[in-house]
Amino acid sequence: MSVTEKTAGAPVMRAPTTYEGTKIPHPIPSVLEPSQELRASGDILEVNFGPNHPSTHGVLRLVADLDGENVVGLRAVIGYLHTGFEKTMEQKSYWKGITYPERIDYLSFQNNELEFVLAIEKLLGLEVPEKATWVRTCLCELNRIHSHLVWLGTAALELGAISMFWYCFRERDRILDLFEMVTGVRMHTRYFQTGGVAEDVPPGFVPQAREFVKVMPGAVDEYEGLVDRNRIWLERTVGVGILSADDAVAMGQSGPILRASGVDWDLRKREPYLAYGEVDFDVPVYSGGDVYDRYRVHMDEMRESTRIVSQCLDRIEQLDGEPWIADDRKVVLPPREELHTSMEALIHHFKIVTEGYAVPEGQVYAVIESPRGEAACYLVSNGGTKPWRVHFRAPSFAATALAPTLCRGELIANMIAVVGSLDGVMGDVDR
Amino acid sequence: MTYEGVPGLVEAVEEYGETTLVVDPARLTEAMTHLRDELGFTFLSDVCGVDYLGWDGKGVAGYIGTAGGRDLNAPGSQGLPKVPRPKPKRFAVSYHLLALREEPARVRVQAFLDDGEAIASVVAIWPAADWFERETYDMFGIVFDGHPNLVRILMDDDWEGHPLRKDYPIGGEPVRFSSAE
Repeated sequence: MSVTEKTAGAPVMRAPTTYEGTKIPHPIPSVLEPSQELRASGDILEVNFGPNHPSTHGVLRLVADLDGENVVGLRAVIGYLHTGFEKTMEQKSYWKGITYPERIDYLSFQNNELEFVLAIEKLLGLEVPEKATWVRTCLCELNRIHSHLVWLGTAALELGAISMFWYCFRERDRILDLFEMVTGVRMHTRYFQTGGVAEDVPPGFVPQAREFVKVMPGAVDEYEGLVDRNRIWLERTVGVGILSADDAVAMGQSGPILRASGVDWDLRKREPYLAYGEVDFDVPVYSGGDVYDRYRVHMDEMRESTRIVSQCLDRIEQLDGEPWIADDRKVVLPPREELHTSMEALIHHFKIVTEGYAVPEGQVYAVIESPRGEAACYLVSNGGTKPWRVHFRAPSFAATALAPTLCRGELIANMIAVVGSLDGVMGDVDR
Repeated sequence: MTYEGVPGLVEAVEEYGETTLVVDPARLTEAMTHLRDELGFTFLSDVCGVDYLGWDGKGVAGYIGTAGGRDLNAPGSQGLPKVPRPKPKRFAVSYHLLALREEPARVRVQAFLDDGEAIASVVAIWPAADWFERETYDMFGIVFDGHPNLVRILMDDDWEGHPLRKDYPIGGEPVRFSSAE
């Protein structure tokens, strides 16, 4: 019997941990302040952690007030990666704008691309062909696994589990190979189009993806084998950074953070979009609310996503030869070969690429369950070819504001574990 | 769900399968407390601003180097097929709420403001609003009365202007080609 068989999927048994009242700092919910006496005693050391520090998941600056090794004050300073995506997108036609959202949350690029495309389709009232829906679902789930793998690799790395990084990036590379096969690029694929996807999946995709689906559950067992019974890992994660369900909801948390605090909430089940209403999967929910349970949710979600990918592949195979993009010439680029023979096609192509297509006046809020939780695109259109206003509801933004709540009374070393478990992508936080 | 009891409700609009409640900014706190406590919207998903300057008329200055400004609706496009419906005031603050229930419900609350007009903060109702309101202040200059820590969040502390306003310049610095200019 291998090591992994003994340890896989066996969560640590313990009594549910929670706390009375609320841990959210008052009066400023995102700033933890030391008490007046402590501040006056002169024993407090203010430490600037970041913005350039290997364990801050990007350019995050944490200003911690330390009393010995205890964190008594904390605030997060963000904005170092602010790029003005929302302003830039107001100057681009919708067609060109699709490239931007995926660079916002650079780990879940396809999910971010999706929310923008869904918002445009909602305004246009555009029907998406079945095949495109299944291809999108498949890629979004692969993307979720990809994002969780990067999270697991880096979060474990920050706690000293260096080998985990190499294991995770091994599988991540297989996913990127699949993306490259379908879209031509490994990251920031810009594959989703208004009305469907840019091209059909290539012939070799399904077999290679099936190989991956076969390998992935065993790989997750292996990751668990590395840390699940590892004394250091457990000491660093169990009972650390506890969050109650009420505090999680009050602070606008979603995704794995919310589900680790005992709230059974997943938009893929609650407000099904794409093909999630038709696939069979479970939503992992844990009640400990600590770093360990957030880790468990991520692990279980990778298994569930693999299940979804497998079901998507079956459907993609069945839908072989079906159209992958809507047949609406006012919005969708005409097939390349028609440009040489049809004047109409040439005109449409030219108009869509230069001027863009007009989107009806209105405002919509397209919400999806990204790997980090509730991610949304708020789109306001004035009826023109460029968005009047685009805003992205970033789950990482809400999660990073939570750091002072979770670090109340923790040791400085645990702060790394807590901030890592929030899975904040700084591109998503700063936009 | 019925929203008739929401205090300060100006109108409720159903569009694209979404509900928008336009409320009187002066009674925002009452309206929000009602939505949270009576109607179960315990989850604040998002707060953000929209600048409607130039929305239904001719465009506004968008480039620092041109005195008259440029028409936002004109360059590179054929213009709008029709002028959009007018908005009551220049700015809008949009709140997106979610009720975590078996039958999830979402609603958008919108309050319209003039330039310089303040609106009540909802941090006391949803602590999650803290950073969202700071971002809206940073990007649009909308002041949230009663926010415990209303300072810039994404831009530098000494930054001038509010980038997502429509009259904020895009496209860089004006270039001087000779000392005569």
